[in-house]
Amino acid sequence: MGAQVRARGLVKRYGDVVALDGLDLEVEEGTVLGLLGPNGAGKTTVVRVLTTLLEPDEGSAEVAGVDVLADPAAVRRQIGLSGQYAAVDEYLTGFENLDMIGRLYRLGRTRSRERARELLERFDLVEAGDRPLKGYSGGMRRRLDLAGALVAQPPVLFLDEPTTGLDPRSRSEMWDVIRELVRGGTTLLLTTQYLEEADLLADEIVVIDHGQAIAQGTADALKSQVGGERVEVVVDAAADLEQARSVLSGLATGEVVVDAHTRRLTAPVAGGGKVLVDALGRLDAAGIGVLDVALRRPTLDDVFLALTGRVTEEAAA
Amino acid sequence: MSALTGALGDGAVVAKRNLIKIKRSPELLIFSTLQPIMFILLFAYVFGSAIGQDRTGVNYREFLIAGIFAQTVIFGATLTGAGLADDMKKGIIDRFRSLPMSRSAVLVGRTTSDVLNNVLVITVMSLTGLVVGWRIRTSFLEALAGFLLLLLFAYAISWVFAWIGLLVPSVEVVQSASFIVIFPMTFIANTFVPESGLPGPLRTVAEWNPVSSLTQAARELFGNVAADMPEPTAWPLQNPVLYTLIWSVLILVVFVPLAVRQYKRAASR
Ligand SMILES: Nc1ncnc2c1ncn2[C@@H]1O[C@H](COP(=O)(O)OP(=O)(O)O)[C@@H](O)[C@H]1O
Ligand SMILES: [Mg+2]
Repeated sequence: MGAQVRARGLVKRYGDVVALDGLDLEVEEGTVLGLLGPNGAGKTTVVRVLTTLLEPDEGSAEVAGVDVLADPAAVRRQIGLSGQYAAVDEYLTGFENLDMIGRLYRLGRTRSRERARELLERFDLVEAGDRPLKGYSGGMRRRLDLAGALVAQPPVLFLDEPTTGLDPRSRSEMWDVIRELVRGGTTLLLTTQYLEEADLLADEIVVIDHGQAIAQGTADALKSQVGGERVEVVVDAAADLEQARSVLSGLATGEVVVDAHTRRLTAPVAGGGKVLVDALGRLDAAGIGVLDVALRRPTLDDVFLALTGRVTEEAAA
Repeated sequence: MSALTGALGDGAVVAKRNLIKIKRSPELLIFSTLQPIMFILLFAYVFGSAIGQDRTGVNYREFLIAGIFAQTVIFGATLTGAGLADDMKKGIIDRFRSLPMSRSAVLVGRTTSDVLNNVLVITVMSLTGLVVGWRIRTSFLEALAGFLLLLLFAYAISWVFAWIGLLVPSVEVVQSASFIVIFPMTFIANTFVPESGLPGPLRTVAEWNPVSSLTQAARELFGNVAADMPEPTAWPLQNPVLYTLIWSVLILVVFVPLAVRQYKRAASR
């Protein structure tokens, strides 16, 4: 088992903008790497370099053991790509889109058709498969685009923000599809802006910002750095703050932080919704009035704050 | 599979995709056939009757038709640029570039489907022409050669616009660019008036403009040159078929590699 994707010191500049600033990456065979970063971090640029669409200014990369710069044609035979924006053809039907890609992978006429039918079935697009894409929803387009990346069953797969812009239902459908895929042993590099998504799908996460890796590790390791879940409570009366703190301390996994000004208490917890219910019960039993309560999971913004001491530009805006 | 058959096979797949697109967008199809019909009718009845007088059976209307053919197929060729710019913007070129397909297939496919589109356009124009009184006064083979020359030259122009479309990936910009280039190119020529009537420098430009030689060649091959028209004095118009062939080959030799190179390095943003 070796690395199926390996990048060393990638640099890419666009005028004054440094899109990639000496990035190193490795994805072990059969694993999923989540590349997590805010808009403009350089995620798409890395994917474009690794999929032979863009030449870096400096650095080197290997995919499936082949040098991306020296033999891009050989790399293309080993990869599947689903880009950030679904690159599907509006005027073709779902079937025609997949069939065309099969032909261009040189699978031959019969095999291409077979494969197109298989994939439509697998991605729940059979009914829509013979209609032109114009009437497809965003989620359907995205699924078809992903199916396009799988036509030739490539050993290495790149998915650039596969769920950005999807509604929650399509997103969770997409997650199911990706998880099933990974179970089949595909090596996957996935980019995302959502910690939750990286957590769910990736074995290893690299956080990037301004074209540099600023943290790397498993989702758990990252979350422990960031502080996992927490319960946030805003009490009715400032006088109750002290008592509320001691109640919450009983179920917190760490120190409870009190902000007297906003009457907000933040307690790190583990155990999800049940803990929230538990906390509310205990507060109620103690006769403490609660104005607002929430269970917060860490987001990219929290990771960012913890790692860089600043918020993402979007969160600031 | 050899590289060449691979490229042709991939090109055919891409061409088929483009043709399906034409077939499925009837509004596009209607406009691209209505436009040549309108051109023929406008020129035939507005100009043709204003300027037209019978000269030994070949009137001005008949003289015009080859010019309109030339202008229209050249405009048709500019679609190549708009089509590629559109694919680029939608990320479809990126998808193609990530596939292990031939590096020239997208361009071969696009230029091929645009030629087929031009075949349709020429057919519609010819039928309209026949209705308003245009006649082929030569043999079938000569006429066929005339049509093929029109298509060949348009095919070469397609490659110029393939390059432009990849260089400037915006459909609107490519369209305005084609107007700016194609209008003067097709008007400073013998398309609508005999070059002998043009003033000094314009006349020289018109005489050496390949659109003139293309038109002249088509006129001769269709037998639409009136006996009382002055013999051309410039070499290109005395040898219009040869001169047009030379231009077509030159354009292809220069722009096929340029467009393919641009395709290889095209970034989608
Ligand atoms: N073709 C380009 N021209 C100029 N700047 C670019 C281009 N592509 C990307 N950039 C810039 O490079 C940086 C990284 O972009 P990108 O890789 O698309 O980020 P992400 O995918 O993480 O949102 C951004 O600042 C972006 O504006
Ligand atoms: Mg991106």
